[in-house]
Amino acid sequence: MALPQSKTDATEARIAALQMPEGAAWASEARQSALSRLRAMGLPGPRDEYWRFTNPADFNASAPGAAAPFDHGDEKPVFGDVDRIKLVFRDGVYDTDASDDLTHEGLEIARLADAVSADIHWAKDLYGTIEARSHEPVPRPFAALNTAFATDGIVIRATAKVSKPVSLIYLHEDPTSDVIMHFLVKVEEGADVTVLESGPAAARFNKCMEVDVADNGAFHHVRVQGRDHERRAVTHLFARLGEESTFKSFTLTANGVMTRNEAFIELTGDNAVSHIAGAALGDGRFHHDDTVFVTHDAVNCESRQVFKKVLRNGAVGAFQGKILVKEGAQKTDGYQISQSLLLDEDAQFLAKPELEIYADDVACSHGSTSGAIDETALFYLRSRGLEKGDAQDLLVLAFVAEAIDEIESEALADDILSRLEGWLTRHRAA
Amino acid sequence: MLEIKNLHVKLEEEDKEILKGVDLSVPAGSVHAIMGPNGSGKSTLSYVLSGRDGYDVTDGAATLEGEDVLELEPEERAAAGLFLAFQYPVEIPGVGNMTFLRTAVNAQRKARGEEELSAADFLKLIREKAKDLKIDADMLKRPVNVGFSGGEKKRNEILQMAVLEPKMCILDETDSGLDVDAMKLVADGVNALRDAGRSFLVITHYQRLLDHIRPDVVHIMADGKIVKTGGPELALEVEHNGYADILAEVA
Repeated sequence: MALPQSKTDATEARIAALQMPEGAAWASEARQSALSRLRAMGLPGPRDEYWRFTNPADFNASAPGAAAPFDHGDEKPVFGDVDRIKLVFRDGVYDTDASDDLTHEGLEIARLADAVSADIHWAKDLYGTIEARSHEPVPRPFAALNTAFATDGIVIRATAKVSKPVSLIYLHEDPTSDVIMHFLVKVEEGADVTVLESGPAAARFNKCMEVDVADNGAFHHVRVQGRDHERRAVTHLFARLGEESTFKSFTLTANGVMTRNEAFIELTGDNAVSHIAGAALGDGRFHHDDTVFVTHDAVNCESRQVFKKVLRNGAVGAFQGKILVKEGAQKTDGYQISQSLLLDEDAQFLAKPELEIYADDVACSHGSTSGAIDETALFYLRSRGLEKGDAQDLLVLAFVAEAIDEIESEALADDILSRLEGWLTRHRAA
Repeated sequence: MLEIKNLHVKLEEEDKEILKGVDLSVPAGSVHAIMGPNGSGKSTLSYVLSGRDGYDVTDGAATLEGEDVLELEPEERAAAGLFLAFQYPVEIPGVGNMTFLRTAVNAQRKARGEEELSAADFLKLIREKAKDLKIDADMLKRPVNVGFSGGEKKRNEILQMAVLEPKMCILDETDSGLDVDAMKLVADGVNALRDAGRSFLVITHYQRLLDHIRPDVVHIMADGKIVKTGGPELALEVEHNGYADILAEVA
């Protein structure tokens, strides 16, 4: 179906403002093919099925609104206590000097620009491939745009159990930076790697991460999106999971006027496990959208989606989540929960949970709730001596706990918890 | 210890008076029981004293060791030494029982200007108290009251009381939903806490709890007032004859 002229015009205007980076023939082909996908689907409009809750205007605009870099004061850096391999980006540009030495047992790490310049590279089979499959039935134009125009990023190949997490640190210093980055993670058979992400990256950040987990491989992912208020981010996490493989992802989002986190996960090998979780905390001008699609295409796989949002003072949260169980994906165990805690009457939560099942021997459940602080529980805690603010914080943490529980590493979970506590302390109701 | 004078209370949401002039004096070290038919205002009295929202005090006063408790926030009342064992203990998913207890103990100590208990000292304290109430490690680890049986919830209330060591303990129908053995266990827990500096107000429908927790004074409450006060024998009278005779007598 031809696009409406207005959509074509908007899409062409956006494309015209971008420049496709040079690369090897295979890379240019991948980028050109992504560009054709983008042209065919066009940029989203507010009437598109999966953009009803979130206005795409900020992402469609040819340039981002200004976003002042955030002063963290003396706050401890995210994951500061974790022994990790640090890769630092300043407004989307890799900073070699600030980054650690990238040689590490069981790991091959390269800059995207180097990988896509090589005529022969494993990245060829992954770059844009899961993204290309992700548009049916729901188009993800910003992911196609990303594959076409990403200027930097990192490609990671894990060949064994990696002892330290790879930590991607996205610094934001330029108030008008507009950054498109693409990451590849290839987890080979039996390998195990943890990837951490932290920081806002830019005034506007478009990020894709494509993760391919081979049989018996494991991928762990913990992300903290940064405390900047004005930043905007549209991110895509793509994953393909082989037999007996594990995928675990958690994202903490506190602040940010506009965040859209999409995930598209394919369970293609039997007995694979995928857990994806998120906690979002918003006070005031805050819009946060999780759009998560999990596809079961193998036998005896397990998937969990756990998303919690704490909203107040006009903050808006959205969740669109789908479990698709394909024909033949028997013994599927699917679970999806999306919940919001509305701390006042001005906050809003929009949810669209979906199940689509074509196999007859599956267990899938989903739930979505929206509620206020339980006054009875609050009174119970206060009657035992907890101050009202402390009691409320305890109940908020309890609400978010199910999502945090998805983080396997205790050290990482503790770091996330301390960020949550910090946010709660700073955002006490007057 | 606890002095209640001419307490009048109505529901905030509707213009309905529940307490119509309650007078009650519980001296330090004594155990008072309040009995009464359904709807007489017993539970309302416990909620108003502990500071729950939804009630308007229209007249009268309540003081704890001379301090006006009705002016205090619920947490301030707790720090002042008031404790309510809930008729329906609240389930709090996501908050571990142990974390909850430790937070509560330290919040009260902090409010009183005392030093917070160290993790080790707290653990020692809780283990000792939990053992007496037959509360196992698993119950301490689980989220507060979640998945607890009726008896476990009430034991957990008594555990909180034992750990927090309040001066004035109000037990709101702590016997409801308990079998004979569980009631004995709960009563033993309460009796172990009896001492010269601590007072109890035991609210109950039935005399049987009072077989285990022997009261010094028994009050009968009806239609928002204390209508009769006597010794333990008053509870037996209720058990044998019901409330009708007493109510007819005072009418």
